[in-house]
Amino acid sequence: MSDVPILLEMRSITKEFPGVKALSDVNLVVRAGEIHAICGENGAGKSTLMKVLSGVYPYGSYEGKIIYQGSESKFSDIRASENAGIVIIHQELALIPGMSIAENIFLGNEPRKRGAIDWKAANRMALDLMARVGLQENPDTLIKDIGVGKQQLVEIAKAFAKDVKLLILDEPTAALNEADSRHLLDLLRGFRSRGITSIMISHKLNEIEAIADQITILRDGRTVETLDVKADGVDEDRIVRGMVGRELSSRFPDHTPKIGDVFFEVRDWNVRHPISAERQVCKNESFVVRRGEIVGFAGLMGAGRTELAMSVFGRSYGVYESGTIIKDGKEIVLKSVADAIDNGLAYVSEDRKAIGLNLLDDIKSSTVAAKLSKISHHGVLDEVEEYQAAEAYRKELRTKAPTVDESVSKLSGGNQQKVVLAKWMFTDPDLLILDEPTRGIDVGAKYEIYGIIQRLADQGKGVIVISSELPELIGLCDRIYTVFEGAITGEIARADATPENLMKQMTSTKKMLTR
Amino acid sequence: MSRLKDLQKNLFGGSSSNARQFGMIFTLVAIVVLFQILTDGLTLQSNNLIALFQQNSYILILAIGMLMVIVAGHIDLSVGSIAAFAGILVAKSMAEWSLPWPAAILFGLVIGAIIGAWQGFWVAYVGVPAFIVTLAGMLLFRGGNQFIGNASTIPVPEGFRQIGAGFLPEFGPNTGYNNATLLLGLAAAVAVVWRELQARKTRREMDADPAPMWISILRMAIMVGVIAFASLRFASGRVGTSFPISGIILLVLVIAYSFYTRNTAGGRHIYAVGGNSRAAELSGVKLKRVNFFVMMNMSVLAALAGMIFVARSAASGPQDGNGWELDAIAAVFIGGAAVSGGIGTISGSIVGGLVMAVLNNGLQLMGVGTDRVQIIKGLVLLLAVAIDVYNKSQGRFSIIGSLMRPFRRDDSAPPASPPDAEREPAKVAVSG
Repeated sequence: MSDVPILLEMRSITKEFPGVKALSDVNLVVRAGEIHAICGENGAGKSTLMKVLSGVYPYGSYEGKIIYQGSESKFSDIRASENAGIVIIHQELALIPGMSIAENIFLGNEPRKRGAIDWKAANRMALDLMARVGLQENPDTLIKDIGVGKQQLVEIAKAFAKDVKLLILDEPTAALNEADSRHLLDLLRGFRSRGITSIMISHKLNEIEAIADQITILRDGRTVETLDVKADGVDEDRIVRGMVGRELSSRFPDHTPKIGDVFFEVRDWNVRHPISAERQVCKNESFVVRRGEIVGFAGLMGAGRTELAMSVFGRSYGVYESGTIIKDGKEIVLKSVADAIDNGLAYVSEDRKAIGLNLLDDIKSSTVAAKLSKISHHGVLDEVEEYQAAEAYRKELRTKAPTVDESVSKLSGGNQQKVVLAKWMFTDPDLLILDEPTRGIDVGAKYEIYGIIQRLADQGKGVIVISSELPELIGLCDRIYTVFEGAITGEIARADATPENLMKQMTSTKKMLTR
Repeated sequence: MSRLKDLQKNLFGGSSSNARQFGMIFTLVAIVVLFQILTDGLTLQSNNLIALFQQNSYILILAIGMLMVIVAGHIDLSVGSIAAFAGILVAKSMAEWSLPWPAAILFGLVIGAIIGAWQGFWVAYVGVPAFIVTLAGMLLFRGGNQFIGNASTIPVPEGFRQIGAGFLPEFGPNTGYNNATLLLGLAAAVAVVWRELQARKTRREMDADPAPMWISILRMAIMVGVIAFASLRFASGRVGTSFPISGIILLVLVIAYSFYTRNTAGGRHIYAVGGNSRAAELSGVKLKRVNFFVMMNMSVLAALAGMIFVARSAASGPQDGNGWELDAIAAVFIGGAAVSGGIGTISGSIVGGLVMAVLNNGLQLMGVGTDRVQIIKGLVLLLAVAIDVYNKSQGRFSIIGSLMRPFRRDDSAPPASPPDAEREPAKVAVSG
């Protein structure tokens, strides 16, 4: 590889925030035409490094040198780096939902004719750019009407409109389903063959292993190592070792399940879409959960797993049509979230920032938010009990925060998730529904969350885990249901659960039981 | 140096929101001192203080309700019109249907509740934005006032006037002061000391170190001093005057609503809805009920404010309550509430309201015309919120916090940092 010219070199970059060294002496060498992955746990400094590179933190606010295309670059802002052909695509897409694909592609960069926007040229150029990223849509289609996978492609097309030389993707597949992810990775390979260099930040190590040429690993704001994937024979375990600084013998804690009797059952569940009533989101779904059991729900994005969970959780999604819930042998009717909580259900949502937490709150008020009655006497909240409860969970779950007075917005993803878990454990649930419990969380914190889930099950609670990561379901669950287009298509025991097996069930309507 | 840091951190509690309130109180004191100097001592004279309270009690009552509406993420533009509407109906009920005045007050509150239910229905159950519902209400009830009152004024009887123009009665030995006011001041001082000691106890139960004792004593001394000064001033006004009844109503409401918003589940729910309504809903908060309640509560308080105003001016007129909504909203935002909801306190809003009131009063004492008073008030509102917005964008929280910044280098609190670096401090803080 060493004969390939170096496109970018970041030399001993140090970036300090008041009181914190986010990056110290970080080095990064990216060669032209490669896919370079940057790995590291949350807080390792990946995003900060990319912000230094793209000029979000302007020249002068950091120490060190950026050598780009052979000369030192001193970017004063994002525009400057974009003019040099460095385009960053953030995890949170920066598209405007109410505007069309073409309008978004050329936003801030509109083709003009005599001062007015030349829409004919814009649409023509948009079609050309869309073809390059394999997006088949009408350029007039609004962003909100296309899926998140296609939105990602629009972002990349937008980058091409700026004549990109170095494409930086921050967690590009985090929100994508398997098929869209695969398409995106193929696309990146295609770019490589056309000489476009990419830097990719991702938590999905299997993808990195599959696609990257070089991997630079950061830990605690320092460069640990740079690996050559082919020459060094890098695999996932090798990357994990670099990231956490130790051998992680297993990605899942050892666990012997203690499974009891069926205590929770949903029968013939039918739910319609909240707006378009003709769409049935849950079709005659039935499932059971035993005490002490971790039950997985596998399915592609849009299969209706979240919708099923939320509609069971006090009808917080969609329009209930029919179906019964039986708990401990008795039918229960849950018409509101409050009913569901009172009956011992808990739902940890997939998007903790948007719907799981009030980011203005501190840890202690978040912890007790779902069951204020537990710390109230005659309607008056007891601050001391609130503090003690929050503090107990902080210790039990090993949430990293100086005190429980800390605002939840200041915590890392993994620690926020622990606060959400504490919030629902505080309600003393019998059944916990965890929707993507480890999304956007680094490897070390994932391991801890798995341990918490297993402990909850061992206490005799039932746990439902919804996840898009098949290895997670296979490693964690005692039994897995597959969901396809709003219907349960299979039930697979732990022993039979393989990715191939699950995938087959997740993509077909034919029911197959292997139990 | 470290004492100064202790002081800054602890004088009004340690957290950032308290630091912000400290900033507000600091601003209020500064304005009072400024006008005290500019008006050659007129500002803090008994008669002026009494008038200041009487003239502004109804705005401050509105600010209480408005704070809750704004924290829940809404706004209410109709409070002035509702006040006028309730005022004219109450006046008419006494003048033409000869309702006794206590019954008339009750009647007024019921009118407020009915109007509030009307507005709450549209906001909470139909989902029309509160801005629109209350803009409609503003027109509706202003028109209603003029329709019912025939655009003329209706006088109110003597008994009723007490709630707006009355004072604490005289009784007991002649001390040269109003005894009732002195007793009230004494009770307030005892309450302040008790609360401080209670807070220290709570801190200890939470395994946290309470503020150093000397700070607690200093804080109590300042508060008791202010209370003593105020009660002596209120107790030594013109004969027949003392602490106004409307001030008592305000005090009771402030204490009750502060308690409600801080220490009950219902209060927490309002903050939860304003902070993240979807998350609140998924935590079992009954969203519609909370929204309905804050809108309804606002209208009841608006009716009360309207009645107090009518009582003070001895008659209800067609222009009552014009522009009140803006004063109340300004008080809440100067008091540190967030435009996007979820943040704000009753006490902050009261201080914000007092800042505006003192400003208004001081400028008038100086003979500044209403035209220029309005210009100045507008600029103050803009500046206060702009400073707050700027400070937030810098990761700081308070005016005073930024003033004290050079002294805080050795502060162990997590440093202010741009959002993307948020995770690092959390990591650093626990390494060890």
